[in-house]
Amino acid sequence: MNNKVPNNRAWLLVLPMLVLVAFSAIIPLMTVVNYSVQDVLGPNARFFTGTEWFESMLNDSALQAAFLRQISFSLIILAIQIPLGIGIALIMPKRGWQASAVLILITLPLLIPWNVVGSIWQIFTRGDIGLMGWGLRELGVDYNITRNAGDAWVTIVLMDVWHWTPLVAMLCYSGLRSIPEAYYQAARIDRASKWAVFRYIQLPKLTNVLVIAVLLRFMHSFMIYAEPFVLTGGGPGSATTFLSQSLTTMAVGQQDLGPSAAFSLIYFLVILLVSWVFYTTIMHMQKDKHPHGGA
Amino acid sequence: MAEITLKGLAHSYEKTPTHAADYAIRQMDHVWHQGGAYALLGPSGCGKSTLLNIISGLLEPSEGDVLFDGQRVNELPPEERNIAQVFQFPVIYDTMTVFDNLAFPLRNMNTPEHRVKPKVLEVADILDLTPLLKRKAKNLTADEKQKVSMGRGLVRDDVTAILFDEPLTVIDPQLKWKLRRKLKEIHERFNITMIYVTHDQLEASTFADKIAVMYEGQVVQFGTPRDLFERPAHTFVGYFIGSPGMNFLAVEYQGDQVMFGSQPLPVSALLKRAIASANASNIKLGIRPEFITISSQQTTESIPIEVASLQDLGTHSLLSFMLNGQPFKARLPEGHPPVGETAFAHFDNAHVALYIDEYRVEAEHE
Repeated sequence: MNNKVPNNRAWLLVLPMLVLVAFSAIIPLMTVVNYSVQDVLGPNARFFTGTEWFESMLNDSALQAAFLRQISFSLIILAIQIPLGIGIALIMPKRGWQASAVLILITLPLLIPWNVVGSIWQIFTRGDIGLMGWGLRELGVDYNITRNAGDAWVTIVLMDVWHWTPLVAMLCYSGLRSIPEAYYQAARIDRASKWAVFRYIQLPKLTNVLVIAVLLRFMHSFMIYAEPFVLTGGGPGSATTFLSQSLTTMAVGQQDLGPSAAFSLIYFLVILLVSWVFYTTIMHMQKDKHPHGGA
Repeated sequence: MAEITLKGLAHSYEKTPTHAADYAIRQMDHVWHQGGAYALLGPSGCGKSTLLNIISGLLEPSEGDVLFDGQRVNELPPEERNIAQVFQFPVIYDTMTVFDNLAFPLRNMNTPEHRVKPKVLEVADILDLTPLLKRKAKNLTADEKQKVSMGRGLVRDDVTAILFDEPLTVIDPQLKWKLRRKLKEIHERFNITMIYVTHDQLEASTFADKIAVMYEGQVVQFGTPRDLFERPAHTFVGYFIGSPGMNFLAVEYQGDQVMFGSQPLPVSALLKRAIASANASNIKLGIRPEFITISSQQTTESIPIEVASLQDLGTHSLLSFMLNGQPFKARLPEGHPPVGETAFAHFDNAHVALYIDEYRVEAEHE
């Protein structure tokens, strides 16, 4: 027998949450949706355009190029930062004052604002007064981020790795610390090699923090704006112009509200889609292939 | 084959231990014979897990030697000791299937795959894990996981001893006895030394042939479950074994009488002589609640008590009473007549034990 009493007044309890979410997410998002389907010429002159802006945005070759650059950038930095972060976490001291010292040292880049990171690297890479730029020139390397697209790319990737690998390392470090000592003891008794310990104990136990790390780093890097903007201004040419910079130019520089609204929505949906696919795939991999046993 | 001998073993977690309290394990000598089923019983913090980790090699003792068949193994890491250990919380390799988990120790030793399979199947069969072999270990229940971690110890042919560190802590009560019986079965089937650490006397006595009771870093008694109950060698054993534990009375010999505070005790002549000749200030008499009889009539052998409460436990009742300001327990059989305000306790002299400086002394030998 079902003893539950239907009481629709319970919905009232959800109301405060709904109001909060409406103001924080739904209403701003709807404004953007509103702009994306109209051509607003003035306060009293607006025309419904349907999917026109979306189509033109998807067919814009400059944006397509920026999109490809963006995807490449995110993949490159993930491919470097995730393994590097795991590696750093594995060699970090486990206890004592050394652990605290290393932890503070490694966190420092995370505390620096985006703009400042860009400025630091901008000065760092200058050929006349920057340590790296000057050093490389003295070594005979023809290094110039304002002329050479390859140099600009390498520098931006390097900057992002410097700025954000600590986040991955810290997440992994906390994940490693939460593995009970008994696992390592059992592995010793089972005569597991160092590699086997990593492969079958540490890595599986890190899955959850790595999912968070990958998602955070993907979303972050996909939205990167201030750092390359300060460092290279998107150049040379448009070699390091990423999506958010294109968007800013369009929305703020040219005041093309309709197209940039459509573009913003596409941008948002791409991030959402990629994150969802990634998360679902990982969660699916952890499930049993034979939920009812082999027999 | 392994006979595990502990020689002058002591361990301290301090760098420079100065007094006895710094030691997790105090100087001890002990032999675990090949093929025995042993339990290491004691309260939390008595050093039993430390001792287990020293035997398995996870910990190096600060003093003394660990000998396997007479060979000193102090410095040998666990992977070279031919032992397996099952931990309090089941340790399994999450991403592997049950089969791969069981095969893991064998594969780590580069055993050819055609020899891995039959061995894994055999162990899975003993532990009733066969239907689960293809499942991922992560999704098993706690008792299945614990069986898998046990299985990893059994697949290796070179394992001569399995150490259990409170392995049933996370198992549901209904499954505990099943697993315990499984352990017993495995012990009978393989000629393996098993040492089982627990703080549960019931677990210890159902599993082990011989129990070592640990207290403050020392083995205070090593004997069969029956020995521990009937002849506790140390006051702690008396108190720890049995539910409730033994009653103790600190007594003095005064003017031809054995006094418990202001209450003279009607003890046997033998015991009286032993107490009179004891050259110590710490003299205690111990009596189990099972051997105290309560009546409403006073005899020359009984003493008046102050009844506190009576608890009905179904098969028997438990009487709490005060004597000389100290709480006592007596176990009354089913159907015992009700106990009134005035009652008298009679201690069965055959079961009154003498403890001098906390250790049992046999009155007969005095």
